[in-house]
Amino acid sequence: MQRQVALIKQSLFDQGYLDEQFIELEELQDDANPNFVEEVATLYFKDSARLISNIEQALERGSFDFNRLDNYMHQFKGSSTSIGASKVKTECTMFREYCRVGNAEGWQDRRGPRRLHVGPSNTGTDQ
Amino acid sequence: MGMAAAEWKFHVLAVDDSLVDRKLIERLLQKSSCQVTTVDSGYKALEFLGLRQGIESNDTTALSLSPQEANLIITDYCMPGMTGYDLLKKLKESSALKNIPVVIMSSENVPARISRCLEEGAEEFFLKPVRLADLNKLKPHMMKTKLKNQKLEEIETPSDDENGTVAAVEPEIKDSVEMEIIKMLPLQSETEPKRVLLQVVQQEEQMLSNNKRKSMEQGLSTDRPRPSLEGIATAV
Repeated sequence: MQRQVALIKQSLFDQGYLDEQFIELEELQDDANPNFVEEVATLYFKDSARLISNIEQALERGSFDFNRLDNYMHQFKGSSTSIGASKVKTECTMFREYCRVGNAEGWQDRRGPRRLHVGPSNTGTDQ
Repeated sequence: MGMAAAEWKFHVLAVDDSLVDRKLIERLLQKSSCQVTTVDSGYKALEFLGLRQGIESNDTTALSLSPQEANLIITDYCMPGMTGYDLLKKLKESSALKNIPVVIMSSENVPARISRCLEEGAEEFFLKPVRLADLNKLKPHMMKTKLKNQKLEEIETPSDDENGTVAAVEPEIKDSVEMEIIKMLPLQSETEPKRVLLQVVQQEEQMLSNNKRKSMEQGLSTDRPRPSLEGIATAV
């Protein structure tokens, strides 16, 4: 059984789902804190479920609030990075790029020549 | 007070709106032998420290929690409402709290952001995900506070065995900075403990500000190779 778990875990690394950050988490586990990884993972799944639900609601609304979407993605990317969920992190990055492009196109359509003022700073993550 | 406290621990207040990151930083700090308190916003951090709505609370009849002490504050930069930078500024504006070292964490490597924080008085800037190796940079601060506490206790209780408490330093000393401090200790004259401590502390601060300048020039405060966080899946 343990060998099966080990094999599954290894394949997650091999396929790029997990990166070295996950190993860092494992190294924080010890006899005094034997369930640390499980606890973090549980928190991550709970948090991710909440974020994904928020994102879905935001997308359903039709008129996309890119700032809000970008904000959710920023949070999702952050927690994914902390746990070592490498592929999720990559997807979040791509999604955020789409948000920025989406934002620019939206401005482009409505504001014409002023589109030059549009940039990553409009997404509100740089304070 | 009696003999040196058996379990004095360096107390860190960690501020982060992310559930996962709070859990992580708490474990990292515990692993570095710190006592940890976590809060999820700058407002709660200020409240914990005794500041209410930006006003210093010296009123003992106030209903807020009595101010708690923290030896270091580590905070995330991007937080809703009050950012880590806003919190840093508020702390530096407070006469009671401005001497507490502050460390900023961020998932984004923005040199302008880093220099702004360091200029505002942050001691260090950690890129997320924070790792155990990063926390080693806090060791000088921990040593300094520990020595200060030990020395203050000695001064307050002169009947104690003075030589004994000074020698009670953690055996696992690898850092050259810590070596410097330990070398200074045996030279302390019993008639002027405060002056020598001041020299030690000044040397420490000089070393720390040198490190700070160095990390500003480098743009980063980590010295290990970091994978790019944008776009490319990390090769495993």
